[in-house]
Amino acid sequence: MQQLNAQETPSVEPIRPPEGQEPSKNKASKSPFQLAFARFRKNKLAIVGIVILVSIVLISVFADLLATHDPTKSNLLLIENGPSSEHILGTDGSGRDNFSRLLYGSRISLIVGFSAMIFTLMIGTTLGSIAGYYGGKIDSFIMRLTDLMQALPFFVLALTIISIVPEITIALFVTIIALTSWPNLTRIIRGTFLSLREQEFMLGAKAIGASDFRIIFKHFIPNAIGPITVNATLMMAQMIIFESGLSFVGMGIPQPTPTWGNMLSQAQNIRILRNHPEAWIPAGLGIFLTVLAINFIGDGLRDAFDPKSNRR
Amino acid sequence: MTNSTVLSVEGLKTYFYLDDNEIAKAVDHVDFAIEPGETLALVGESGSGKSITSLSIMNLIEKPGKIVDGAIYLNGKNIVDLSDKKMTDIRGKEVGMIFQEPMTALNPVYTVGNQIIEVLRKHKKMSSSVAKKRAIELLKLVGFPRAEETIKEHPHQLSGGMRQRVMIAIAIACEPKLLIADEPTTALDVTIQAQILDLIDEMKHKFDMGVLLITHDLGVVAEYADRVLVMYGGQIVESATKQTLFNDPKHPYTNGLLASLPSLDKQTDRLGAIKGTVPPAHRFPKGCRFSTRCPHVMEKCLHANPDLIPESDGHEVRCHLFK
Repeated sequence: MQQLNAQETPSVEPIRPPEGQEPSKNKASKSPFQLAFARFRKNKLAIVGIVILVSIVLISVFADLLATHDPTKSNLLLIENGPSSEHILGTDGSGRDNFSRLLYGSRISLIVGFSAMIFTLMIGTTLGSIAGYYGGKIDSFIMRLTDLMQALPFFVLALTIISIVPEITIALFVTIIALTSWPNLTRIIRGTFLSLREQEFMLGAKAIGASDFRIIFKHFIPNAIGPITVNATLMMAQMIIFESGLSFVGMGIPQPTPTWGNMLSQAQNIRILRNHPEAWIPAGLGIFLTVLAINFIGDGLRDAFDPKSNRR
Repeated sequence: MTNSTVLSVEGLKTYFYLDDNEIAKAVDHVDFAIEPGETLALVGESGSGKSITSLSIMNLIEKPGKIVDGAIYLNGKNIVDLSDKKMTDIRGKEVGMIFQEPMTALNPVYTVGNQIIEVLRKHKKMSSSVAKKRAIELLKLVGFPRAEETIKEHPHQLSGGMRQRVMIAIAIACEPKLLIADEPTTALDVTIQAQILDLIDEMKHKFDMGVLLITHDLGVVAEYADRVLVMYGGQIVESATKQTLFNDPKHPYTNGLLASLPSLDKQTDRLGAIKGTVPPAHRFPKGCRFSTRCPHVMEKCLHANPDLIPESDGHEVRCHLFK
């Protein structure tokens, strides 16, 4: 209980530094963000998440240097080969090097996850802010729109769009995911805004003559940054899973582009599933580790931004 | 109204349109004026329309509320019909406002300095370094001895009284001619109250501002106001100078308010109280709005709402007892 109190006090009683933290050497005071960051740093699981994610990001950035082969070049003489010194993880059904595809695959997963998240975040934050700030008819319109989107089965909708469009590029794929997954975030941000609206500093901002635009971007969003960041992080993990899932069923990024989902889809073949675990297990592990790392970070951020949710 | 009149409110009506076609007449025909260097106190119970009056002056009435009629002259210019965009140039520049709840009135994610600088940059078009210097001066002016350090602090590091000082610094940053203080000391303890009110008074003299002091504390009125408006049910029921109001109160409601104050001279067991509460603004009685609670209620009061009539020079009362 005492530890819980110590965690809760910083926002109320700033004179005492948070437990286990040295008083800062410079005189500048800690902003709520800095306090949150200090709490985040003490969360071991979140740090593990950061380490894993950073390693995967590094691998994807330096895939060119690390890869032993061209990931898209097939060699029909070497189909479904087992591990060898030349091909550490063997080759796939078209004779492409599994190891190189694994490295490049991280790139696609991260790019899709990250850009879909940013795109969704932009739509969700804009619509959510407008709905929460203006209220009234504008709010009702946006909320009915989200109801409509949520009433449509997301997966089926995405599949339909994907099957209609003849050629799927990464940009198009990201757009489809973002256009079908903004309603949740919109609702969350609208809810946050509705509670912030009642705070007196919103009236204060109006009383000093701040414009609507300024109030939304300068006063609302920084105060909502906690929920926004947490949801964005968790959403990114969800997007990565979604990309893999679609690729697995053959509706994602088309071959020969290497993605983890595409690699996993080889396991649909019973022969590969039984005899060549080295071909698909690493891709599965890649997805698993990435999503796990991001979720750890998301949880850490949530605890950091909201000291009350401390469950350690 | 003279040329220098800071604020002149004429026939202000702010109504709220409720769902079931009912109209809440939160402010119903209110007139008053404030001269430079004058403190006008607006007194009344909760629900009497004080805060709606002040928000009307800022043009911050939100739906379903609306300023239905009347004019508000700020420094000689009618601001009732100004567009939202034009109003943003007036709020904070020509009118400063201080709120009741200093604990939440500052944005928690910005430093104190940032929030003062924001006003200065917006209205005075100062560069950030000039604005920073000015912010330090302002903080010193409102009583922060270590202003250079305070400017870097976040609101959560300041106490309620200190935050209210920061609010005052923000409100006076652009040297407005009018300061609206909406129950500025309600959330503070008594010793801090006096300091804050003294500070407002000092700033009033320094910048020759008119101050609209909204309060339900008659002790505050006695100490700081020049003139007093007593509001009840969205209307002014008595208007007088401070001396007249305390020495010769006319309206039964004013008498009731004064009777509910403890006195140092007399020993009493129970303080006087006015029976009942202010009726909701959409259910005012047909005649005099105070008739449901008035100890002197007459037949006439139930049918006709009296007009605000001059009793003596500068003393007006809205009551059938005085004709």
